[in-house]
Amino acid sequence: MAECGAGGGGSSGDSLDKSITLPPDEIFRNLENAKRFAIDIGGSLTKLAYYSTVQHKVAKVRSFDHSGKDAEQDHEPPYEISVQEEITARLHFVKFENTYIEACLDFIKDHLVNTETKVIQATGGGAYKFKDLIEEKLRLKVDKEDVMTCLIKGCNFVLKNIPHEAFMYQKDSDPEFRFQTNHPNIFPYLLVNIGSGVSIVKVETEDRFEWIGGSSIGGGTFWGLGALLTKTKKFDELLHLASKGQHANVDMLVQDIYGGAHQTLGLSGNLIASSFGKSATADKEFSKEDMAKSLLHMISNDIGQLACLYAKLHSLDRVYFGGFFIRGHPVTMRTITYSINFFSKGEVQALFLRHEGYLGAIGAFLKGAEQDNPNQYSWGENYAGSSGLMSASPELCPTQRARSGTFDLLEMDRLERPLVNLPLLLDPSSYVPDTVDLTDDARARKYWLTCFEEALDGVVKRAVASQPESTDAAERAEKFRQKYWSKLQTLRHQPFAYGTLTVRSLLDTREHCLKEFSFPDPYSKVKQKENGIALKYFQGVVRALDSLGWEERQLALVKGLLAGNVFDWGAKAVSDVLESDPQFGFEEAKRKLQERPWLVDSYNKWLQRLKGPPHKCALIFADNSGIDIILGVFPFVRELLFRGTEVILACNSGPALNDVTYSESLIVADRIAAMDPVVHSALQEERLLLVQTGSSSPCLDLSRLDQGLAVLARERGADLVVIEGMGRAVHTNYHAVLRCESLKLAVVKNAWLAERLGGRLFSVIFKYEVPAE
Amino acid sequence: MLKLGGGGGGQDWACSVAGTGLGAEEAAFEVARPGDQGEVGGWGPGWGCTETPDSVPRASMLQAGAAGLAHGGKGAEEVGESAGGGEERWVRHPRAPALRLLNRKPQGGSEEIKTTENDLQGGRLSQGPRAVPPAQSMGDRGGQPERSASHSPGAPAGTSAALVNGLLHNGFHPSPVQPPLVCSRGPAGGGDAAPPRLPLLSELQPQPLLAQHDSPAKKCRLRRRMDSGRKNRPPFPWFGMDIGGTLVKLVYFEPKDITAEEEQEEVENLKSIRKYLTSNTAYGKTGIRDVHLELKNLTMCGRKGNLHFIRFPSCAMHRFIQMGSEKNFSSLHTTLCATGGGAFKFEEDFRMIADLQLHKLDELDCLIQGLLYVDSVGFNGKPECYYFENPTNPELCQKKPYCLDNPYPMLLVNMGSGVSILAVYSKDNYKRVTGTSLGGGTFLGLCCLLTGCETFEEALEMAAKGDSTNVDKLVKDIYGGDYERFGLQGSAVASSFGNMMSKEKRDSISKEDLARATLVTITNNIGSIARMCALNENIDRVVFVGNFLRINMVSMKLLAYAMDFWSKGQLKALFLEHEGYFGAVGALLELFKMTDDQ
Repeated sequence: MAECGAGGGGSSGDSLDKSITLPPDEIFRNLENAKRFAIDIGGSLTKLAYYSTVQHKVAKVRSFDHSGKDAEQDHEPPYEISVQEEITARLHFVKFENTYIEACLDFIKDHLVNTETKVIQATGGGAYKFKDLIEEKLRLKVDKEDVMTCLIKGCNFVLKNIPHEAFMYQKDSDPEFRFQTNHPNIFPYLLVNIGSGVSIVKVETEDRFEWIGGSSIGGGTFWGLGALLTKTKKFDELLHLASKGQHANVDMLVQDIYGGAHQTLGLSGNLIASSFGKSATADKEFSKEDMAKSLLHMISNDIGQLACLYAKLHSLDRVYFGGFFIRGHPVTMRTITYSINFFSKGEVQALFLRHEGYLGAIGAFLKGAEQDNPNQYSWGENYAGSSGLMSASPELCPTQRARSGTFDLLEMDRLERPLVNLPLLLDPSSYVPDTVDLTDDARARKYWLTCFEEALDGVVKRAVASQPESTDAAERAEKFRQKYWSKLQTLRHQPFAYGTLTVRSLLDTREHCLKEFSFPDPYSKVKQKENGIALKYFQGVVRALDSLGWEERQLALVKGLLAGNVFDWGAKAVSDVLESDPQFGFEEAKRKLQERPWLVDSYNKWLQRLKGPPHKCALIFADNSGIDIILGVFPFVRELLFRGTEVILACNSGPALNDVTYSESLIVADRIAAMDPVVHSALQEERLLLVQTGSSSPCLDLSRLDQGLAVLARERGADLVVIEGMGRAVHTNYHAVLRCESLKLAVVKNAWLAERLGGRLFSVIFKYEVPAE
Repeated sequence: MLKLGGGGGGQDWACSVAGTGLGAEEAAFEVARPGDQGEVGGWGPGWGCTETPDSVPRASMLQAGAAGLAHGGKGAEEVGESAGGGEERWVRHPRAPALRLLNRKPQGGSEEIKTTENDLQGGRLSQGPRAVPPAQSMGDRGGQPERSASHSPGAPAGTSAALVNGLLHNGFHPSPVQPPLVCSRGPAGGGDAAPPRLPLLSELQPQPLLAQHDSPAKKCRLRRRMDSGRKNRPPFPWFGMDIGGTLVKLVYFEPKDITAEEEQEEVENLKSIRKYLTSNTAYGKTGIRDVHLELKNLTMCGRKGNLHFIRFPSCAMHRFIQMGSEKNFSSLHTTLCATGGGAFKFEEDFRMIADLQLHKLDELDCLIQGLLYVDSVGFNGKPECYYFENPTNPELCQKKPYCLDNPYPMLLVNMGSGVSILAVYSKDNYKRVTGTSLGGGTFLGLCCLLTGCETFEEALEMAAKGDSTNVDKLVKDIYGGDYERFGLQGSAVASSFGNMMSKEKRDSISKEDLARATLVTITNNIGSIARMCALNENIDRVVFVGNFLRINMVSMKLLAYAMDFWSKGQLKALFLEHEGYFGAVGALLELFKMTDDQ
């Protein structure tokens, strides 16, 4: 069945300190704005879900009123920045041991200020047991929800909204966790929930699922039978015993029956012929460890076998495992994986879920929130507020594991707009945004973690400097430093904590942490200043370009794009130069560029293409503010418009480093239109369209883009995608295959990465690709 | 979830069990020692062919082995002839090429069989995995078997051990003197055709003898053949043996049509075996003859007689082999047909200690052929196969005969220590679908650990008195009633042993409850897997056999219930009276087949 019942309640928290050891306000974050609750009470763990709103500071940009004279323009920024409060929605999930339930309920009661909620959705075997307590403490009516319905709803939710939610577990390989990229269509799949018993559910659509079978031999059998055999009471301790045992002392193996002959017969002698087959004797003692191990194998094999039989019968190859038997325990993930591989001969993969423990709570919450249509939105895991996957290190003894896992948090931000695949991806199901998997590549991981550690001081400094009027900026920046530092340390030891570790996830985590401590846009002033300077040069640059011959101009335009791209506060080498020499100009940047032939150089092919008919519509993903967007991208856009190509210019929805945001791009475009008739008319005639990506990352995930962008790209028949910048074209999408022509441009501003790619610092990537016929 | 709450009925149908623990002998099979041979009919000394003194004491295994070796050397000609005869049968044996390698090859054969390397290259191990017992280990190092020459039949080490005075154990010179073809897939021209595999009754009738033998060695063999009356019959005694992980199953054909002339010719040793086996129902402490299963007035290979069914624990195997040695069983020159893993495991011991060459047979082949044969001859006029009528109604549930004349396709679930599941499409077309390590051995092993019991009978007796619902967590224990969302009854088991997560409940249950829960858990799990296999293979008849079902009405009724209930009447569970003995019968049939092929 779904969840271990009340029978096991309390048995795993006995020896722990009953008082809450962590400050509760760090656990129940944002509680004062909580609006809706759901609770999932299992045999030993309680999962609380609540919906709350978060007040963020956001940097807003606004054009000055230009009705007046332009006299002072030279000294004036191109637009004004104001910090405003914005309210966004967030889902909080907290996991704690049942032992703390009363203390937790008290805390919630005391801090629940402005809720109009009358009902709490409850699920799990323990919901029954604690019903009265909850109703009494919270004065909320407990509304019991079906366990399995909640589980499936939760499962669909995480599979849809959390990239790298599902993973395969391979004990002896490095990394042990292999995350799956989210398939655009998550259905159909099989969910094998191993609670006290086993339920096997086939899920066909969001609302349609079917219990197709199950088994009574599950986690409760391991726990109950294990307790009888070993006199060990706790589930975790039983697993620990099992991890030390030798099952061959208890099990009858093939080699015990066949002797040495199994070798000649091509049989594997280590196969278990009969579980516990050797214990049918009165005159032998068996060790607890050996019996526990034998029991673990017996149960895991049996479940794996049944799961394979059901998968085969229903022709399903995606099988997710959950339930307390699995819940992050490397021992059971390993045995289940082994069993599935054995019985399916590799045809079925055992998949596990990072947030498996929260499925019931998520589902119960969604059940209760149906009128708000949470499924209409896209949600994103907040790395700053989520604990990540627990360490699977076998060295950690189970009690330590239990302690460190006493509290576990997950936070999901509601995104303003739904995110979808870019329709131009050749194969969305196999698209992997990231170029280097740092979970896989230990050397790269070490380098990048160190790189981010070293860059931290600079980021802190910049954050403080961005809020000169604030009195607590230094204090918050210090908190940010600690938080991000500890995330980096966690990732050093558990690179898999938030899914596949990539440069993108490291950057995103940093952005989440900055936002957490109210540094919504540390670069807003820098960007403002740079945009102002660049706008002044725009007309001069355009004039110079226009004076060139066609072929010369094409190269100059590309060089301009690349030179603009050198201005990137994200790369340490550049920020060093920029900090020390603010006058480092556009022309200097051009001089710094590598001479042709570039590291990757398909310029000639591109030039040939330009001699042909114009593209119908180009989709350009812009990178930095200032020189990059104004002196690099806009002249390039202008040339495309000349040619008769429509342009969709996509910028980030939210701030990340010095990347140009959508709202900044609107102002910049406005200012340029005022100077340039080509841009002006294109904007007016909607041949130049500015859109937002839906992202606030310095990188680019083409499988999670703003729906409006995707619709527009399809409507306008985009046949060229231009991706510029190291974050978008090298760290991510370097290997992305599109259905149309694509241009990936970047200056490699990181010596290590340049070397990895076989070049040197400031090497140029110019990758023009035409889809295969 | 696929479980039935307790109350599956008691053992109202317990078969009579031959008494256990008769006598205080340590030996599994009581070994006739000098001095007490009279009691057992003088089995032991005084029989013809060799000079082995009956005064060999109850030596340690090693001593016995050494004696056996010495004997092999001394009586090289005769003993070697015996093995040589076997070898000759071999090279003429036209059937089952894949099985060849599974059998002990004559050392005088071609080079092809000399090393395990060659075995593998020969590509004849394709059948191997089919015989894999179920489930797998989680061994820390993968499951790749390492080849070790010293344990491989036919490998150099084994060969040299068998060399005595420059001769191989079987009396052949070690050099490959025969053309390599001799040992390959069978007689020229017939190698690829798949000849009929199952000698059913009619096919077992005597055939005219084809060849005259004139060498001295052959004359000797000829004389021995006379023991069973006809020249193309194997010499008596006729045994078929299935050496499993827990139990050894032995079938013995007792000829009842012995003429006075034969009686006179019958060597003392042979006679004493016959008398000993047929006049006792228990042998030593643990050997038992299932008298109620005896097949009477059976005609096998042209002889009329009774087929006896005997079992003893596999752990007594060494004592059994030693007895074979002490009683000089090898002098009878019979071929011992054996199947089951133990045929491989103990082969060396049989040879070294008892000077007996096992004819090893694939266990699944034997199982199917034995089953079909026993079903075809019936159970002393009654049908062998039965089912339960009204399996979902405990009041009306009763055993009914079933006609298995047209048995295909059937899903055959063999429940021994572990469980193998086969899909059988015809008498020689079947595949092993899967298996599970949760079998009879698991039931007994867990019961011993949980209750301190020692025997299967004891465990079943306790289980019959227990109530598994105290131990298991039922759907209603979690949901307070049925789980309607999934249509599960409140009485269904949600978690086997699930109540045992709670200390109070652990302290309040009885051993009987635990035994019952173990039995129900294992049985329902097998039922569940069998049902899924039946669905996947699209077969609606499921035949359950194996000694896990011996005197185990609880399990049979549970299986019948589970098949019927969960398939909404689509699946039928069938059972057979001689549930655990088909492998041994199949092995015996091979003995006739070997001779027939000559």
